[in-house]
Amino acid sequence: MIHVVDYGLGNVEAFLNLYKRLGYPATRAKVASDLENASKIILPGVGSFDYAMKLLNTSGMRPMLEKLVLGNKVPILGVCVGMQILANSSDEGSLAGLGWLDARVLAFSKNEKAQSLPVPHMGWNHCSPKLGHPLFSGFKAEPSFYFLHSYYFKCEKNEDISATANYGMNFCSAVSRNNIHGVQFHPEKSHDFGERLLKNFAEIPHVAT
Amino acid sequence: MLRPRIIPCLLVHKGALIKTVGFGASKYIGDPINAVKIFNEKGADELMVLDIDASVNGDDPDFALISNLASECRMPLCYGGGIKNVEQAKRIIGLGVEKIAISSAFIDSPSIVAEISNEIGRQSVVIVLDVKKRNSEIQYDVFIKNGQVNTGLNVFQAVNDAQKLGAGELIINSIDRDGSMNGYDLILAKMIKEASSVPVTILGGAGKLEHIQDLVRSCGIIGASAGSLFVFKGIYKAVLINYPTLIKRDAMFINELG
Repeated sequence: MIHVVDYGLGNVEAFLNLYKRLGYPATRAKVASDLENASKIILPGVGSFDYAMKLLNTSGMRPMLEKLVLGNKVPILGVCVGMQILANSSDEGSLAGLGWLDARVLAFSKNEKAQSLPVPHMGWNHCSPKLGHPLFSGFKAEPSFYFLHSYYFKCEKNEDISATANYGMNFCSAVSRNNIHGVQFHPEKSHDFGERLLKNFAEIPHVAT
Repeated sequence: MLRPRIIPCLLVHKGALIKTVGFGASKYIGDPINAVKIFNEKGADELMVLDIDASVNGDDPDFALISNLASECRMPLCYGGGIKNVEQAKRIIGLGVEKIAISSAFIDSPSIVAEISNEIGRQSVVIVLDVKKRNSEIQYDVFIKNGQVNTGLNVFQAVNDAQKLGAGELIINSIDRDGSMNGYDLILAKMIKEASSVPVTILGGAGKLEHIQDLVRSCGIIGASAGSLFVFKGIYKAVLINYPTLIKRDAMFINELG
């Protein structure tokens, strides 16, 4: 069962509707005990970094998520701010991130190649996935997705980058390390491309350790 | 590469969709949820829904409608109408809406915009400026309450203020062009685009896809929003929801963007 974490941010309903249409069982998790049978986890997000961390920290779900994701290696997909909080820190806030990935979140406005462009980076942009990456399998053309963000994900390890997009410079638009995945764009709002990516995530095997 | 955004703008009045001309005379279009379903099928870039009663009547946003729209919508959604405080903004974002649009509250109590932007992040804060050209001058004033009240605020001052307060997008809505289907005010669009450091979307005047191409040709990457264009068909303005296919959209910008 796919569990969508409802910590007060992001479009839980949109994920549930989409999975219903695709024929995968999915449910909302509001408290830690809801997560017990999770075989896949989606961490959605719209909003600012500190606000997301504050809500997640007070949701009571963080210890359970850490047990599932770091201990049992349950596959998780962070979306937008839900991806950014997988990192250690962000230029946007002062709170610590989850720190599950070795990465920082930086401001477009402080990057010399992007600072002359309008910020936020808003709209449909192409994404160049790493060849053969399971999250991006089955796309006929180079996929495009809807982006809406002012800060970008910077991996300390290049091998964690599973896709890049370009906005003044190439940045990490999707990240994967073992069972931990994140996408900067909104697959739940990206029509057929997004639907395919969420289907791919649903099909990723859970390799328990 | 980033594509220009083509955004249907739907107006809600008493729970139904309508389309106005010059912010006045209106025509019934249909049911909002049904329209969202059609735009889902057509793969629209984004959708904007504005409740034109809420601010005028001093009502709260219609959370039940917003919740239905957000869960049905498979493209990014921007909602505006009656948002006056941080709690309302947070609740709407919590319902799964990507962006909230603020118009009256920006004029009445600008500090609210900063507060909302701090809480939900500036990428989700859209300021809508309804503007009208002064007679025979290249000067535009900002209006509120569906074009009934002139604030006396110059549009460039408003653009500056909005960006400083934490707007992540500006929607410039031309009252003069609303429902005219004669094309966008390109002079206005170009001036606003050059004066802005956040994404800009222009609304008012699009009557055919060539008007959107004209806009992108003059301004580069920009949001092109329209009401009439996507809900009417033919010279008698029969109601028929329409939207260009992805192939058509890509073809539209090949020459404009090189």
